[in-house]
Amino acid sequence: MAYSFDFSSLLDYTPVLVDGVATTVALTAVSTVLGVALGIGGAAARTSSVKPLAVVVGAYVELIRNTPFLVQLFFIFFGLPSLGIRLAEWQAAVLAMVINLGAYSTEIIRAGIEATPKGQIEAGASLGMTGPQIFRYVVLGPAMAKIWPALTSQIVIVMLGSSVCSQIAAEELSFAANFIQSRNFRPFEVYFLATALYLALAVALRWIFSLMGQRMFAKGVSRA
Amino acid sequence: MLEFTLWDILSNLLLAARWTVLLSLIAFVSGGVAGLLLLVARVSPVPPLRIAAKLFIEVFQGTPLLMQLFIVFFALPLIGIETSAWTSAAVALTLFTAAYLAEIWRGCVEAVPKGQWEASASLAMTFPEQMRHVILPQALRIAVPPTVGFSVQVVKGTAVTSIIGFVEVTKAGTMITNATFQPFLVYGLVGLIYFALCYPLSLSAKALERKLNVAR
Amino acid sequence: MSPVKTSPTGRPLVKLSAIRKSFGPVEVLKGVDMAVEEGQVVAMIGRSGSGKSTLLRSINGLERIDGGVIEVDGECVDPGQIDLRALRQKVGMVFQQFNLFPHLTAGENVMLALKVVKKQDKAATRAAAEAALAKVGLGHKFDAYPSQLSGGQQQRVAIARSLAMAPKVLLCDEITSALDPELVAEVLGVVRKLAEEGMTLILVTHEMRFAREVCDRLVFMHGGRIAEQGPPAELFDRPSTPELAQFIGMVEAR
Repeated sequence: MAYSFDFSSLLDYTPVLVDGVATTVALTAVSTVLGVALGIGGAAARTSSVKPLAVVVGAYVELIRNTPFLVQLFFIFFGLPSLGIRLAEWQAAVLAMVINLGAYSTEIIRAGIEATPKGQIEAGASLGMTGPQIFRYVVLGPAMAKIWPALTSQIVIVMLGSSVCSQIAAEELSFAANFIQSRNFRPFEVYFLATALYLALAVALRWIFSLMGQRMFAKGVSRA
Repeated sequence: MLEFTLWDILSNLLLAARWTVLLSLIAFVSGGVAGLLLLVARVSPVPPLRIAAKLFIEVFQGTPLLMQLFIVFFALPLIGIETSAWTSAAVALTLFTAAYLAEIWRGCVEAVPKGQWEASASLAMTFPEQMRHVILPQALRIAVPPTVGFSVQVVKGTAVTSIIGFVEVTKAGTMITNATFQPFLVYGLVGLIYFALCYPLSLSAKALERKLNVAR
Repeated sequence: MSPVKTSPTGRPLVKLSAIRKSFGPVEVLKGVDMAVEEGQVVAMIGRSGSGKSTLLRSINGLERIDGGVIEVDGECVDPGQIDLRALRQKVGMVFQQFNLFPHLTAGENVMLALKVVKKQDKAATRAAAEAALAKVGLGHKFDAYPSQLSGGQQQRVAIARSLAMAPKVLLCDEITSALDPELVAEVLGVVRKLAEEGMTLILVTHEMRFAREVCDRLVFMHGGRIAEQGPPAELFDRPSTPELAQFIGMVEAR
């Protein structure tokens, strides 16, 4: 059976697609800021000398990394209400993405911290700095520079993963695509375009992160 | 409302988990074979092959698995292939796995010292002969830990196939939740089942990585 | 020192004419002419960056030249050719870093190309490999892995590996530079033996004494050109260029 492709029918739905892209970007942006912050805290906990804290955070990390994001999302959106916590779709989506990115960031940042040459820490200590001060002023900057590629790579993965948030009716790009194809009955064209948009977003994100990395970490010194 | 025991729920989930395991295995094995072919193309001295492989990998690493799945699901009928959720899931996951494994293995091939290429070239070996007898055997050793590590991503990836109706453990979880109205418990159990499948793989990958670094 | 040799066919085995090569903006070979007769042993010397390794590596196609003609055994080497299989069966190479295949034993290292390239059967490859290893004095190490061998032994296996292919000319790229001093002699001993048996050899080397004793001709390269060439004794005792005089002074001062 011959199928005639018709991409022109998508033009009418441009506003819907634009909204979808905007929502995807917004979800990613918010989750990145909160997720990386959580990751820094988690990494600090994992490398601290407070054993119970390190173990608990370690368990959190392993749990998140060994379960699918979709299941985490469903657990939060469908499961939390039974504990009395009712979240809007976008709130659940952000929460799930933050918790997910937080776990991966914890691991990535921890690796960066543990790669700090011992001499740096000893230098900070002999200058009379406290543990937290050493972490903030001596360790964190160079560690971020080292892990920048891995971390930004994970952020792109989370952005792409946001597509399953369409399943809880968060109105991001995949949801927009679902909506459109249910109206114009052209699923192939719609999903093809949506996929192309995701690819464009991924490429754009990687390029932006690359530029940021060069600006912040030029000469091997972080200005963060 | 019917009463469901914990065992009712768990046993149903475990039965569905068989399909998770089966799909993962199929995707991993066929993805591995396809990935190997893709790898050879990716490092081949023939430019069109190399560029085509690079493009394939870029697309599959730069787009959501869900979208890849939807496109396969809706595209296959257009070229006359009957799609069940099963077929689409297997095809999409295989392509996804192939792209990622090819890229992982490319890194391993590039980790083989340049001198090995030069020595085998000087002995008049062609590119396929070099790959088969000299480069790939060495790259294989390096590749074991990250490949085992990626198997975790494949298992997690099967969850997305629930969205096109493939009945694996996540879909079973959704269906059971709709019947029992206990999402917290059900999705909690689903998560634990995935954890039970993935955590041993993650640990193995870490152990293999350590062993490899010691041997160097 | 052997008398001047001429090949039976009357033409040089290896002939390089007007060879040019650049790496990006840097011109490394600026028009080099060199001819090597069959059975000759030629040593190429010069400081780092003079282009000697690049020239050597262009003979078996590991470096693609930008200009000039390379002829080996009467056939032109086409720089655009991707498959240099035929050429590389005539030209063998031994590397500074040995480059033995770590996942194969010494014997398997030697047998691999015989099996895969020359398509010899198992019995023939085994016999050839055993003979090659015996020739370099390592017949008893057939089943040893490279990691179990010393540097000198690994390099000798590498020589055997190239020899088993029965090349017409063997290229040696600083083959003792990566060896501990006490292991250099065993490798040079093998090369000396090959020279005495009439093998055509082109060596890039820093071993001046060896060059003087074993080689028919010395080629001194400087700045991408051949500055001087001739019998070793002549060049060492009466260098005609200041660059060579300085180079010899530098090297002997070590």
